[in-house]
Order: sequence, then structure tokens, then C-alpha cells
Amino acid sequence: MNITRDDVLRVAELANLELTEAEIETYGAQLGSILAYCEKLNELDTSGVEPLAQVLAAERLEETDPVAQQHLRGDVPRDAAIIGQVIRRAPEALDAEPPYFRVPRVIDRGE
Amino acid sequence: MTTPPTPTAPNGWTIPSIRRALESKQISARDLTKEFYARIERDNPRLNAFLALSPERAYAQADAIDARIARGEPLPPLAGVPAALKDVLNTRGTETTAGSKILKGYVPPYDATAIERLDRAGAIFLGKTNCDEFAMGSSNENSAFGPVRNPVAPDRVPGGSSGGSAAAVAAGLAVVSLGTDTGGSIRQPGAMCGVPAMMPTYGRVSRYGLIAFASSLDRIGPFARTVEDVARVMEVIAGRDPLDATSAGHPVPAYTAGLDAPVKGLRLGIPAEYFGEGLDPAVRQKVEAGIARLKDLGCIPAPIEMRHTPYAIPAYYLIATAEASSNLARFDGVRYGLRVPGATLGEMYRKTRGAGFGPEVKRRIMLGTYALSAGYYDAYYLKAQKVRTLIKGDFDRAFQQVDLILAPTSPVPAFRLGERTADPLSMYLADIYTVTGSLAGVTAISVPCGKVCGTLPVGLQIIGPHFEEGRVLRLARAFEAAGGFEL
Repeated sequence: MNITRDDVLRVAELANLELTEAEIETYGAQLGSILAYCEKLNELDTSGVEPLAQVLAAERLEETDPVAQQHLRGDVPRDAAIIGQVIRRAPEALDAEPPYFRVPRVIDRGE
Repeated sequence: MTTPPTPTAPNGWTIPSIRRALESKQISARDLTKEFYARIERDNPRLNAFLALSPERAYAQADAIDARIARGEPLPPLAGVPAALKDVLNTRGTETTAGSKILKGYVPPYDATAIERLDRAGAIFLGKTNCDEFAMGSSNENSAFGPVRNPVAPDRVPGGSSGGSAAAVAAGLAVVSLGTDTGGSIRQPGAMCGVPAMMPTYGRVSRYGLIAFASSLDRIGPFARTVEDVARVMEVIAGRDPLDATSAGHPVPAYTAGLDAPVKGLRLGIPAEYFGEGLDPAVRQKVEAGIARLKDLGCIPAPIEMRHTPYAIPAYYLIATAEASSNLARFDGVRYGLRVPGATLGEMYRKTRGAGFGPEVKRRIMLGTYALSAGYYDAYYLKAQKVRTLIKGDFDRAFQQVDLILAPTSPVPAFRLGERTADPLSMYLADIYTVTGSLAGVTAISVPCGKVCGTLPVGLQIIGPHFEEGRVLRLARAFEAAGGFEL
């Protein structure tokens, strides 16, 4: 399976990954061989087969199902007392009350 | 039933022997903790099994146990038991990195549910164990903080990704440990280090506080030196947790109470697909000897067919990497760990992730992102999910005919450091006998089944239906009692 340089760059963009030139080359070749191996799945006829996303919870989403209900906790607000501790662990936080995460400016106001 | 032989532990401590020693005041929890830290100080520089130690918390936990003993109060089930915790499990107050540079220095403000339950049960938290970065790997060589060495063969890998947890127990640096298993990461290092290691059923143990790799596959489970100790830890960590919506409400049986029930007449399925090409002949011979030993105990081995087994590796690697690419999106330099500055938010994300993730993690994020991307979703991800249905069907049909399934845990014993790192696909193929059970959500244990080449442990995998941990443990215990570990 041939993975082009453009394919690698497109996927890296989607994944928010900055890659070095060497990585672009290596991952291109490796993804190609791994995906070629994955083509093996096409030996199987899966027409009419339902996809399986999760082994146990599949049938448990019905609101009328008592097992499902047992699995959904009540929509009750809880005290998130550790929120300050969480935010202060960030690489850059604004130590206000309440504290904030700091990030580079997202919206340019054209000032 | 005869008493099982005492395993040849580097030290003799087990959960029951610690309890007896504490109750009879032969040793205090504090002195026991000291003894383990002395061992860690001596052996960890060589093994690299621990990434961080938590003596402050450990001694506080030990002192709380000693105070209970002094007051004559009853002891909780894991009182004074020195435990090691895989570094993908969030632990309050102790650095938790998931083996990654991107989380270097991160100290969680809370405990994962499994950790909190061990704490309440009286365990002593010695520290955090080394692992492949974000649990992605089969040899522990993908840790950003250096590989773990196998205690029984220092030039070899301990297996992965829970290599540090397996090595810590095998080397006697902890009595029990927790690992995580997404495609084999508990069972395979258990096999390679020669200790019992259990993957519970999907949903049996809460994943709350586990740094997610692949959410539909991840499990938390124990390593110990005896099957009884595995069962004792399972009794503590299993059960419903409102903080994990996928945790199961099924009642947790008293696993230890059923351990010595008879195994005579149990039907054991032997799938030919697990004994074919790629299986090391010496490993095969040990596993077959293990099956023969179980037959001597009155179990009934029977051939079964699990015909979709050859498709499990590609299905697993597509599903696991797709889920990982989504789960690992949260590591972007905003909320925790590393941040590499950038002029824009997007540049900051890309630079942080480019610098913070190691090569295998990037490879898997790339593969998973590709498999989920427009135009390829149906061909790869959806196809893999359909094949997952077929693989689960193999197990469903097998468990209509047999009570348990037996297989090798790993096709090869522990390999040499560096031997497989050049070709990622060859590393992935080492998971061939474990990813099937991961996809099907079933439970399995790997138990020692003799050694090859003189020192290298072999693992026998006992696979059971959903929520039949008790049956799996019962057969594992009978195997241990019949000397199967030393075959």
C-alpha cells in the first residue's frame, strides 16, 4: 500500500502532530506496510455483519432497560472541589479566583 | 486437595503470610515497608521497574495499619500489603507520567477508583511502575524513561506494556501490583516474567482514573506470586463504580472462597489456531505439558475451532489505534504536562505533541487518525469493527461447547532488548494470542507453565467467558497446586 508524502502530511495535520522530515519518511513507509497487512481483513466477507463498538454495553442504552438504568447515574450536580488544584497543575494558569488555563490568543480582535 | 507448594519467591511474603505476621506482631507494617524500600533501593537501579516512589504515602498507610493493630481493631483485606502501581493509573500526590515525556512532572489531584479501593483495603503504595508510553508496546522498550529489564534474564525484555509491574512482583520488590491490559499488556509480561497475571472481563474493574489508551478494550488487573493473591486483589478492585458508566453491576463473587472447588470434569477448549505457525516449539511443548497436567486432574481437553483468530491482529491494531488517536487528543499542552510555546494555539498544540510523544505513540496516532479519516473510515475502522463481531462470535460459540479455553500467552519467551524494535509489525505480531480475548471482552489469566532455555518462563493462558473470573481462577489454582508452575 502506497502512502504518499501528502497523505502523511494530511494525517499529521488532522492529528495536530509536528513531524520532522525523517519522521515523515519513516511513518510513510511504516504506515504503508501496516495498512497493507490490514488489507488481510478483506479476505472476510462481512456483508450483513453488524460492527461491534463495545462488548458489554451494546444493549444497555434503552431507557426502559433496568440494567441500563442501573448503569446511568442520576443527573445530580456534585461539588467539584478539586477544580482549582486541577487548573493550577496546567503548564500555564492564571491564578485568579476561579483560576483559568492560559493559552495563546485564539481570537484576533484586530486591535 | 493438597496444599500448593510455596512459590520460590525471592522473599516469602504473600497476602495471607503478611496478615499472619502483622496479627502475631512478628513484624510491623512500617518495618515491612522499610524492607521493601531497601530491596527497591538495591535492585531498581538494575531493573528500572519503578519510575517514582511514594514513601511519604506508603509510611502513612503503614502507620495507619500499625495503629489499628495496636488498638486491636480488625484489619482490612489487604492490610500492610506492599503494592506497585502502573504509571498509567492516576495516584493522588505521586507523579503519574504514563511513561511519557508529555506528562513528565504531572502530579494528579485524585486517585483512580482501583487505586482508591486498594487504599481503603489497607495496601501500601510503594510507587509507580515503568511501562510502555501510554501502554503502547509489548516489550516496555517504548517507555520514555528507559526499558525495564527482565528479573530472570537481565539482557531480555520483561514484556509489555505493564513490564514494570510484572518485574516488580517477579523480583520481590512488591507483593502485588496493578497493570493494564488492552491487547495483552498484563498477560504477556506476566508470562515473560513468570508470575500469575489476570485480565478481568471488560467492565469488571472501573477504569475511572486510568489514562485511557483504547476505551473499549482497556482493563485494569493484578499481578501477584500466587493465584490466591490474584483472587484477593480481584475481590477488592472489582465492582460497579458510578464514575465509570461501562463498569458492570454484576455482583462480585468471593473469588477466594471458590478457589479450591473441584476442577474434575471441566471441559477445556484447545483451539488449533493458537498452536500453529509462529509458535516457538519449546513454548508449545511446555503448554502441551500444562494441558496434560490438567487432564491428569480430571479436566477434559477438547479441540475447538476459532477460525477468525488470524484476523485479530489487524482488527485490533485498527480499533486500538483509532480509539487512541481520539483519547490522546487531550494531550495538547493546555491542561497538564509539557507545553512547547507557539505563536498560535494550533502551533502550540503541534509543537507540544511533536516534542512530547515518543515514536510508537506518534505512529499509532497516525495510524488511528488515518483509519478514522474521511474516505478510509469504512474500509478500515468499520471493517475492523465488523471483524470484531466475528471474533467475539468465535468465543461465544466456543463457550457453548467448553467451560474454559487454553492457549499459550505469548508465542515466544522473553526476547532480547532491541531484538524487535526495528520493525513495528513484528512487535505487533507478538500479541497474536492475547488480542483475541481483548476484542471479545472476555477474562483470562496467564500462569507460569515451566521454563525454556533453563531460565525463560512460559505462560499458559486460561480464558473464560464474561464474568467467569471465579472459574478461571479455580483452574489456575488447581494448576498451581499440581505443580504446573514448575513444569
